[in-house]
Formats: sequence, structure tokens, C-alpha cells
Amino acid sequence: MKELVIISGKGGTGKTTITAAFACLAREKVLADCDVDAADLHILVHPEVFSEEEFRGGCVALIDQEKCIRCGLCRDACRFGAISDDFVVHPTACEGCAVCFHVCPESAVALEEPLNGRWFISETRFGPMVHAALVPGAENSGKLVALVRNQARVLAKQRGKSLILVDGAPGVGCPVISSITGADHVVIVTEPTLSGLHDLERAVQLVKGFGIPASVILNKADIQPEVADRIEGFAREAGTELVGRILYDEEVIRAMVSKRSIVEQGDSVASRCIRASWDRLSEAALQ
Amino acid sequence: MIVSVASGKGGTGKTTVATSLAMVLADRAQLIDCDVEEPNCHVLMKPVITSSESVGLPVPVVDSQKCTVCGTCGEVCRFSAILPIGKQVLTFPELCHGCGGCSLLCPEKAITEQPRVLGVIETGKCGPVQFVHGLLKIGEAMSPPLIRAVKAKINPERIAILDAPPGASCPVINTVTGSDYIIMVTEPTPFGFHDLKIAVEAVRELGIPLGVVINRAGVGDESVQEYCREEGMPILAEIPHDRRIAEGYARGNVLVATAPEYRKIFGDMIARIGDVVASREPVRREARL
Repeated sequence: MKELVIISGKGGTGKTTITAAFACLAREKVLADCDVDAADLHILVHPEVFSEEEFRGGCVALIDQEKCIRCGLCRDACRFGAISDDFVVHPTACEGCAVCFHVCPESAVALEEPLNGRWFISETRFGPMVHAALVPGAENSGKLVALVRNQARVLAKQRGKSLILVDGAPGVGCPVISSITGADHVVIVTEPTLSGLHDLERAVQLVKGFGIPASVILNKADIQPEVADRIEGFAREAGTELVGRILYDEEVIRAMVSKRSIVEQGDSVASRCIRASWDRLSEAALQ
Repeated sequence: MIVSVASGKGGTGKTTVATSLAMVLADRAQLIDCDVEEPNCHVLMKPVITSSESVGLPVPVVDSQKCTVCGTCGEVCRFSAILPIGKQVLTFPELCHGCGGCSLLCPEKAITEQPRVLGVIETGKCGPVQFVHGLLKIGEAMSPPLIRAVKAKINPERIAILDAPPGASCPVINTVTGSDYIIMVTEPTPFGFHDLKIAVEAVRELGIPLGVVINRAGVGDESVQEYCREEGMPILAEIPHDRRIAEGYARGNVLVATAPEYRKIFGDMIARIGDVVASREPVRREARL
């Protein structure tokens, strides 16, 4: 079983558009959407949920105002500024470390495990899918990503699928690290802008640090030829194969508006480019 | 005044809006890039960096002479970052959130703390604009403490423009908390619309006034405009899809340099935001008392 993760460094370069297109082209796979705080893959693949579970990944302190003697020990000990002057915990600032719980002489602090999100197993027209929705503003996205990947592996084993196709998160922090740890191959989607190049460099450094083989896809490849050349040069020097150049095509947004994959939208320039990228990527990553 | 620029979906134009506002405000602006995972403001603003400092998170160091392996630290730690095993205590600094619980509660006072480097903060100038950004060390998962350290550089004498990370989870909340106004940048597509709704929901309970900038207007559908109308959120500006703007951005140019006609739009935007914030000042003062 192979696990192929699509990330981007910079957001909005086309990760989800490309994942949905690959979902259409790949055979015998499970889909996993690991961009749990702004998941979009479901918009294109219309999952029918058959199993839904709660995710509770951490705790938040709650001060019992009846028991509290306003001694201030908790506020002095809290390093996250989460306790107000009138001894109310701001749930968004609370790190869930429970130090206040331990220092309170009156046992006035309770720890609650709030609902951080939900995760789902679904059927789609491209095969089974595991996905999740972090409660907006919640913490522990890394844990939820790890959970989604684990469930995708279990599902792939049950259904005898040979590939897990993972849509990752932007950035290089917690959810991205959680998305790629232990994966077989990472695809980094970028665009020919100086910001795209800068973010690609950081993403490649991250993936190489984990010792995972990586490929690069240059989306909207023809919008700025000079920067496109620089990105191709960088990919070569970094030893990451450029497996695809997808030309700018307004059909991509039309497909998104009609909520289907660009490959299903019929023949188009972008669709042809993506098919070619998939063929090359399959050779590089799945053989 | 502190104005955050956030988005939900990545790549919608947060940095374009933040840098344009900073350019228009000139010597009244401080531009702070809080997207420490993938900061991009410096790519467009090309600041002269005048100082650089590393940011650390305090993590435990156990003095084995004093430690009796009583197990208190392991019971206290919610993040599995310190673990008594057999006759010794192991620490896992990369899991530590720096809460200080173990050192505070160790009965033998056997635990001290030393900083683990998360990244750097660089400060400088781009012409008259003051500039700050943070760079998370590659391979480091924990961005919120670095974001908080970047925000500690806010200069109250200036209008601080905070460029937030994409998404709707803790890095975004850490950035926008304490702001006077949040600009949500989106694009009129199903992805832009969906992620805008999540981002608005994520920041709603902070009670900070919001306005929306629609970038690449005209490319998708009308759902974002309808949503803003229903929610009573003002649309501060619509920037049409324009190849010239995209090319300028690709080459690393700020929007108001590529297309100077936008200077007035951003000038008006900041004036309008200033009015909203000023009209709320009595409410805020009361809330503080």
C-alpha cells in the first residue's frame, strides 16, 4: 500500500483541484482530506457519509465561580494569559496544560474535553474517503490529521486498496508535518510567483528533512515564464522531479463552480496537462 | 489600531491586501507578517532587516541528582513531553508546550527550563513602513508561541497591519486575538466561499468587527456577495481578476505599485475601518472597566 500526499507550502496553488483530478484518474484508492481546518475536497467529490465520529483532542479549563476565592495563583501560573481579571478562562487562549487545575488550592478548576471536530467515512464516486472538520478556531489539528490518516489506512486494508491519496494543508507547521510523517511520496504543488518559489523552497526543505521522496507540480505554469524557469531550476537542483506543468485554464474555475473535477469537465488544456502529470507521477511514485 | 488580514482559504490575496494597506499608510504603518510558516510579505516589500532574534520555548531539563523519579511531572504533563521510565525521567522537547507545569510542581525542585529555538523574528524597514516577521524553523510544528512573540513587537504608535496565516485553527486565532478589525480576503468561488464561512465562524466569538475584500472578482459565482449581504458584513472592496495584477504579484510587486489607481481604494478602506473602530471605542472602554 502506498500513501501519496499532496501539499503546497503556499495556499491556493491548486492542491485540492489536483487531488480531485488525481482521484478521478487513480485506480483502487482511498481518499483522505487532511486539510482539516479548511477542507474543500468534499465540495468536488460529494461524499455520502456513512460513519460519523466525534473528535476530542485536548482539554480546556473551567473555573467554578462558587468555589474560587480569587487568590490569583492560577493567573500567575498561566503562561498563556488565558485567565481574565475576574477569573474566567478564555477558551481560545487556553492551551489545555492544566497547570491552573494543579495549583488551585480550592479545587475550583475543572478540565473539560470540548468537541474539537468530527471525522467521517464516506463513499464517493471515486471510492471511499476519510475526511474531517475541525471545529472552527479549535486546536489539535495535527492529532485530527493523524487520526484521518490512520483511518484511511484501516479502510484501505479492509477494502484491499493499494493507494491512499491525501490532500494536505498549506504551510509547513503542525498539520503539514502530521500529514507527511511516514508517507511514501509527497507532491508539492506550486505556482510561478516569487511567493510560490519562496514557499516551495521551505516545503522542499521540510519534506527532505523527513527523507521522503518528493515531486513538484507547477500549476498555472505559463502566467510568468521567468519565475517558472527559476522554479524549474530550483526543482532540478533540489533533486525533486518536476512531474507536471499545468497551463492556466479558466475551465478550472468553471469546473469548480459546477462542483466537479476538471477531468470530468470534458477535454480541456488543464485536464490534458493533469493527465500527463498523473502518468509521470505514477511512474515516479507508484511503481 | 490593529488590523488583521485573514482569509480561510490560502492564496486569495491576504498578502496583497496587507502590503497595499501598509504602502498607502506609509509612515503611519507597521506591517507584521504573522504567517510564520510561509511568510510572504518580505517577498513583496523587500525590507531592510535591521535586527534578528531567535525565539525559544522554555522546555524542561531534569537534574538527575535531585530527581527521585516520583512521577509527578509525568502525571502533570498533558502533552507527553516528560515521562518517568524506570530509574530516569525522559523529556521530549518537541512535544512540550512550555506551560512550566512540571518545573513548578516538581516536589524536589529538580526541573529547570531552557529555551528550545522555534524560529526567528526579524525587524526592519521598507521605506517609511516598519516591518516585522517571524520565520518558523523548518520541521518545527509549534507556530502559536512564535506568533505570540511576533505580536509582542506591535508598536502602539502606528497602525499595525497583521498578515494572518490561512486556515481557521489556532494559528489564526492567535494572530487575530486583540485586533480592532479583521479584513477577510476571499475569492468568489465555491472554495473561497466555503473557507470564508469557516473563518468567519472561527473568529465570531472574539467579537471583532469584520469586513470582506473580494479578490479576483468576476471569476466564479455570486455566493460570496449573497453571504455577505445575509450576514450584514460590509464588502470593503472588490478587486477584479486582472492579468496585469497577477503578473505584478508573480514578479514580487505590491498591488498599489503595479496599479496605482488602487491607492485610493485602500486609503478609503483604512479610513472606513478607522471610523468603525473609533465608533466602538466607548463600548470597548466600558468592557475593560
